[in-house]
Formats: sequence, C-alpha cells, structure tokens
Amino acid sequence: MKKIHIFGLIVIAIAIGIIVSTYGNASTYSNFTEAEELAKEGEKTEIHVVGKLTKDPNGQIVGMKYDPVMDPNHFEFMLADTNKVVKRVVYGSPKPQDFDKSEQVVVIGRMEGDHFACNKILMKCPSKYTNEKPDFKEATASKM
Amino acid sequence: MTLGNLGHLLVILSFVTALVATYAYLRVTLLQADSLELSSWKRFARSAFYVHAAAIVGVCVTLYTIIYGHHFEYHYAWSHSSKALPWYYMLSCFWEGQEGSFMLWMFWQAILGVILIRTNKLWEAPMMTVYTLVQAFLTSMILGVIIPGLDFKIGSTPFLTMREAMPDLPVWSANPNFIPQDGNGLNPLLQNYWMVIHPPTLFLGFALTLVPFAYLMAGLWRKQVTEWLRPALPWMLLTGVILGVGILMGGYWAYETLSFNSYWSWDPVENAVYVPWLVGIAALHTMIIAKKNASALKSSVILVIAQFILILYSTFLTRSGILGNSSVHSFTDLGLSGQLLLYLLAFIAVSIIISVRVWKLLPTDAEEVSTYSREFWLFIGATVLCLASFQVIIPTSIPVWNKIVESLGGVSKLAPPTDAITYYTKFQLWFFAVIAILTGIGQYFWWKRVQKGKMQELLTPVWISLFITALLITFGGINKLPYIALLTASVFALVANMAIILGILKGSYRLSGGAITHIGVALMLIGILWSSGYQKVVSLNGSGLLISKDDFFTKDNNRENKENVLLWLGQSTRMGDYLLTYRGPRTEIRDVPQYIPSSWLDIIEGDFHAVCLRDITIGEKTFHKKGDTVAVYPENVFYEVEYREPSGRITTLFPRAQFNKRMGLVVSPDIKRELNKDLYSFVTVGGNPSEAEEWSATENVRVALQDTFFVNDYVAVLENVARTNGVEGVSLNPNDVAVKAQIKILDKEREYYIAPTFAINQDRMVLRKPEVSEELGLRIQFMEIDPKTGMFSFAANFKQRDYIVMKAVEKPLINVLWIGTLILVAGFTISTLRRFREFRLVRDKGVELEKVID
Repeated sequence: MKKIHIFGLIVIAIAIGIIVSTYGNASTYSNFTEAEELAKEGEKTEIHVVGKLTKDPNGQIVGMKYDPVMDPNHFEFMLADTNKVVKRVVYGSPKPQDFDKSEQVVVIGRMEGDHFACNKILMKCPSKYTNEKPDFKEATASKM
Repeated sequence: MTLGNLGHLLVILSFVTALVATYAYLRVTLLQADSLELSSWKRFARSAFYVHAAAIVGVCVTLYTIIYGHHFEYHYAWSHSSKALPWYYMLSCFWEGQEGSFMLWMFWQAILGVILIRTNKLWEAPMMTVYTLVQAFLTSMILGVIIPGLDFKIGSTPFLTMREAMPDLPVWSANPNFIPQDGNGLNPLLQNYWMVIHPPTLFLGFALTLVPFAYLMAGLWRKQVTEWLRPALPWMLLTGVILGVGILMGGYWAYETLSFNSYWSWDPVENAVYVPWLVGIAALHTMIIAKKNASALKSSVILVIAQFILILYSTFLTRSGILGNSSVHSFTDLGLSGQLLLYLLAFIAVSIIISVRVWKLLPTDAEEVSTYSREFWLFIGATVLCLASFQVIIPTSIPVWNKIVESLGGVSKLAPPTDAITYYTKFQLWFFAVIAILTGIGQYFWWKRVQKGKMQELLTPVWISLFITALLITFGGINKLPYIALLTASVFALVANMAIILGILKGSYRLSGGAITHIGVALMLIGILWSSGYQKVVSLNGSGLLISKDDFFTKDNNRENKENVLLWLGQSTRMGDYLLTYRGPRTEIRDVPQYIPSSWLDIIEGDFHAVCLRDITIGEKTFHKKGDTVAVYPENVFYEVEYREPSGRITTLFPRAQFNKRMGLVVSPDIKRELNKDLYSFVTVGGNPSEAEEWSATENVRVALQDTFFVNDYVAVLENVARTNGVEGVSLNPNDVAVKAQIKILDKEREYYIAPTFAINQDRMVLRKPEVSEELGLRIQFMEIDPKTGMFSFAANFKQRDYIVMKAVEKPLINVLWIGTLILVAGFTISTLRRFREFRLVRDKGVELEKVID
C-alpha cells in the first residue's frame, strides 16, 4: 500500500469521526413533554424547544417577569411549545434586548422541576429585517 | 423617466449583456485560432462586457441616488434609510437589504472583470465565458421579473415603489400619490463605521473567489491542466487576503458593536464564510506545489472548485431562510431560495462535468512523495486546514440535512450544538495547534533548511519554544491541557518562522511573505487563547446586597452565572478590583466633542434635533446657548460609568443603548483599551431618559428643627432652616424673603442633603421651589412655615431611582490578536505582490514569444 493511500485512509477516518461526533453532539428540536421525560430519566442533555409567546389583548407577553432591582439575572416568561403545552421558562440572565418584539422564540436548555431552565434564547423578530406594516396614520393625516 | 424605471431598465440591460457576453465569449473559445471571425467576435464579447459593467455601475448609482435623495416613494429607501442619517451611513443602507448586497457583489465582479480583460488577453475567452455566466446568474437575483402566465418571479428588485411593494395598504385608496414623510431608518447596529467598510471588503472577497475558479475552469476546458496555475495563484492569494480581512473586520465589528461579548461566536452566518476562506487557504498551499506534485494538482482542482462553490453554499445558507431557527442573524427569505439553489447546483454540475472530462489527463506522480520533502508537509498542512473546515461545515449544515430528510418524507429533528462556542472551540483548537506546528516545520522544509538525515536544525527552535512556553505557562497560569498544547504549538510557530526570516531570508522581504503570515497566525492564536480562554467576568453579582421580597428571586442567588450587576445612580459598588459608579444618562450632540447629561436637552419628538435647556459648556468653552436647537442622535443614550481602580485611577466608560422604535432596546459596549487587556462593558438594562418616570402621590410631613423623620424608607433629619439671598433660576426683589431648609437623608452607605427653598414676596405670593435628588429618586418641596409652633411642612414625592444593569468582562492580551491580524495581512500582501510580479514577468515573456511565432 502506498503512503498516499494510508494518508487517504487516515483522512477518511477523521472525516467519519467528525460526522459521528457531530451527530453525537447535536441537540434536538423537541417540546416540553419530551423535555420532562428526559429530566425524569435524569438526562442532563439540553434541547431546543420552539415556541410561541402568548400575548394578551394589549400585546403584553403573558407571565413575563423581570425585576432587575430584585435580581438582574433572573428573567422568566410563559412559552407555549408546538403542541400548545405551556411551561414557565427561566433564564438566568437579563431580559434579552428585543424580547418584547418577538413572537416566536427558540429556547435552549432543559427542564428543572416545574420550569424549563434555559441558557440561550433565539428570537425571531418579525420587524428585524422584514418590513413590518408602516405606521402611516400620522403621516397620512399631515398629508391631507 | 423615473429613477425606479431607469434602475429597472439598467438591471435588465445588465442581465441581457451578461448573457450576450457569455455567448460571445463561448463562440470565441470554440472558434479555431485561425478563424476570420475570431477578432470580431472577441471585440463584440468585450464590448458586451463593458456595457454590462457600465450598466451594473449605473444600477448602483441609481439605487444610491434614491437612498441619498430620500425618495421614500421607493420601498428600498423607505425601509432602509431615514432623513437623520449622515451620507456614510446611507452607504450602509445601500447594503443593508439583500438586493443591495447582491449588487455590491456584482459591482465588484464587474470591476474585476474589466481588470481581467485588460491584463490577461491569453486566457480571456474561456475564462470570461465562465465569469460572465456567473455574472448572469447573480444579475438575475435582482431582476424582479415575473414570468407571465406562470406565477414565478425571477429575482427581487430594489426599485419597487411603495405601492408596488405593499399594494394592500389602505392608504392607497385614500391617497394614491401618498409618499411617506420619513423612512424606517437603518438598523442601529449597522450605524457603525465598520459597517461602512466591512461589507464592501467581504463582498470583494466573495467576488474574488470567482477569479481562480474561472481560470481553473478555462484551463481544464482547454486541457491546459497545469498552465492555469500561474495566472490563478496571485488571485487566490488576493482572495485569501481580502476575504480574511473582510471576515476579521466583521469580527471586530461584532466585538465593538454587538454585545455578544465576543469577536467570534460561531454563528452559522460566520461559519458560512469561515469555511470557504479556510478551503481557499488550503487551495493556495496546494497550488504552490501543484506543478511538481500530481496529488497537489488534483487537490488544487478540487479545492479551487470547493472554495467557489462554498461561497455559493454560504450565500444559499444565509439568504434562503433555511437557517431559520438556528441563527440569530440570517437574512429572511426573499423568495429567492429556489433560484439560489439552482445557481448552486448549476455550478456544481458545470465544475464536475468539466473536471471529469479531463481528469484522466491530469498527471500522476511517478514516484512516491518523500516524507522529507516540502511537498509532503505543505500537503499535510492543506489537509488539516480542510479537515478543520469540514468540522465546521458539518454541524452548520444540520438545518440543510433536516430539510433534505423532510423533503424525502422523513422526520429529522437534529439541532445545532447548544453551546456553539464551547463546541467548535473544542475541535478547532486542536486543528489549529497542529496547523501552527506545521507552519514551522513546513517553512523549514520549504527553504531546505532540513532534509533527510539532517533534521537537527529543527531542534534549536524546539528547545527555544519549549523554554518560552514553560515560562508562559508558569507565569501566565495556564493550566488546561488543550490550552497548553495550543500555546506550545503557537510559540513554536512563532520561533520557527522568526528563525526562517532572520536566518535564511535575511530580511529579503519579497520572499518572507509566508513566514510573516505564519507569525501573524501564531500571534492571533496566542491572543485568542488568552482573550477568550482567560477572559474574566468582572461584574459578578456576589454582593448579596440585594434585598428581595420574593423568595423566588432569592433562591437562585448563589448560582454562578449571575454575571450582571445592578448599579444605582451615584452609588458606588465594588466589582472585582474596581469601584463602579453610575453617573447618569448622557446624550451626544453632533457638534460637541463630549457627551452631555441628557437632562440638559429636550429632544423634539420625531426629529433628530433637541432644544438646549441650559448653556452647553464644557470646560471653558460654551458650545451652545440655552434655547438653541442642536442636532443630536436621539435614539442613543450613553450611560456614564466610572471605574475607580485601587490605585485611585479613574476611567469613565460610556456603554450605549439605543431606543429604537422598530427594534426596541439595542445596546453596544464601550471598551477601555489598555496595553495588556481590554475592559469590555455593556448595559443589559437601562432607563430611557426621554421617558419621564412618574412621581408617586405626595406624602406630607410636619417637623420641627432637628427632628428625625422618615421619607419613603429613608431616615431624614431637618438640620437647619436659614434665610437665603438667592434662589437659582428666580430673581428676588429686595423685599422678598426666601428661606432654605437643609435636610439630611441617610442612605445605606452615605448621606445626602436636599435643600428646598420657600420664598414669599410683599404681595404674599408664595414660591415653593422643589429639590430633586436623582440618586434617591426623591423630590422635596418646602410647603409652609408655622411661626406659632415652629413647625415646618414638607411635601415629598418618590420615583424609581435611576439604575442600570451591566456586565463587564476583562479580556487579557486581546491586542496580541489584533497585532497578529495586522501581521497576517501584511505577510499575505507581500506574498500576493510577489506572485503578481512573477505572473507579470512570465506573461510579458509569453506575449513576446507569441509575437515571435506570429
């Protein structure tokens, strides 16, 4: 066997190792029910839960609590996952900047007792790059 | 003709001319060398490309005119710009949208195309066939043409009017000629000078990846399987520099502007350009040795294709919306995903077909490569670079994998690793430790300093670097095995490459590009090791001073990740070695060199001007008088935070927050730069000074002199009431009587004095001037004096005291990273210039040869 072949085999082996380890390290998109099952089994793995924030008629997010005077590192809110299961989510950092504008969020973490302890929140703000409906009322009035 | 129509026309013209040029260059390539038609087709192809390039420039000028002229009847200007922006940020508006960034990309390709035509006549026809085909695909992205009959849109045009873009708005029925007063404005995070220069650099890098690819395709097409290397190599190097600089600028922007607390966060958007860059670097290493080594030639073919295709793949990832739930900042889907996929697949197909056709013609090595040859070591280096990029692209592609499985009817719920930074660092660290070692060994073999049976030359740098590393580990407190490995490898790279420059090249700068670049890499690795591996959160909230009424908030209080600290206005808090004091919100006036307290200004609603409530005086100089109108950045609030060191030295930082209507609160850090570390601070919660806090209901107290009483939860003492001759802001007549009370308020750590005044004139008109303590959130008004009982009445109101929540991190040795970056760029540039020079020399000789043959 030529050296180049041995070399090639080593490279292929490392590449396969990378793919396997990616699979092993990958998280999953899941829901609160599965998160609870994992927690019961004592699993410490973290999962992604995609959910919708529930908003009251005034557009306020239901169950959102952040009082920096009490504790600047505690933020919580209620989140409904894709199966409409609602859980309290606790985030050990200040409230993310554009949270109020979000509708759908992805929380990454695991269940701890009655709440989902998350250490990362990904937000999809409808207004960020897309074009929200412009607020034309004022402008229209001044025009006419 | 309206600007929009002009722009649209130019887009169509550029698309058509790109197709025409592709066809014409294809004809030229396929014609026999002695054909009579050749020169006329060549002239035609060239003119078509020149018209194309001019049209592209015209499209860009038109769009910028629309933005610069505040033509808000156009959707692009409305959604990305506003009147308050200075001209250079309007450049950022240009490329904030996807269409604009596509245009930037084709703009560079148009310019580069003209340069290529003018500098390389020999390769022009086949190379430009590939080149213009790419250009046609890119132009189609902004075409915005709907195929009649089919409901299929090609491209997305930036020249839509508001009405075309949003036909459903009710306003059109009331007023069809409606034009918005002002635009939506630019994303505040992009209002930064790096965002003016980072995207053009990055897209120049994108455009450049096409050049080596086009040369390669041309070479394979004409069966000149090694000849393409010489013209392509300098361009590959230039791609490496520019794309690298673009990526690093992005990292630096993120560090300075985003409060991600890092210059690199392994977000899919970042990974998507990091991977093609690494592959490009691998490609240029194999290209250097490809003439002598057939395996390297084959690898070069694959890698040059890969770096170009990966740029297309990265474009597909970031712009098709496929990253959806896995990235914080990918663009949203403009409906171009199908088109982008077609673009990607088309060029994969083209490259495979062209390469497979000639693969058999590629030479094979007669004898096996020796382990003691430079080719062997460069090849290993390139391989490790590829493996490193492979390790990044696989997890980044998880969303694509999910989509593929779904489209086949399966279910895949794989998500990217939860903690991207830890995950990628774990692997990349080892890859780069190996790469660092290889840069040193590679240089020794390259300059034939070591050969088979003569390896002892390498021992000296090994010993020197082990010695230095031992010192660094001992005194730097490096204690983790991976960090020790990376440090040892980096120091070795540093020492070995230095030795090459000093010992062999003896300062011959033209040849030292490689070694200099490698020194840059080594320094960057050392800088990253310290600034990321040993960053220290200063703002640990371990004070335990916070009193909570709710058990829920206190039960987790001892958790380790409490990395944000609350600072009350005017109250000093100890944090690590520093004593921190929040001094209040500040505003920036455009023509005043310092930030001024926000309370000095009254911001005009819906405008970028403010009225001065007092003279704006800094030091001796008065910039504006009371009542003047000044231009400000109304969204920006800077929180003045004072850092006092044990030595008594005081530094003031101004972390920024922007209260943006569209995006809510957006914060950016302020960085205190020192030689050996950065102190990086950002606000996570802060008040908006333009939204006045509400005062509580009035509380009345009646006290005698020296009485102790309570206001809110504070203990207060009425120390004195005395006659005063002046009341600030009020002119007193000689017959008026004014008295000032002095009230001492005891807070936890210090005492405050509040001195409200009470004045009465001869008509028995009473003036009660309240005093406000922002630190205490307390307002006291002197209400009444009862001469009979000697009692005094006061009214007190309270509000939430002003505070911020912030995070501060120390990043040691980050300057080593930046210095390494500059050295890397310098080394790269030297190599690039050297290879361009070589190319020029050979080309001019080649042209002479051709003349002789003619």
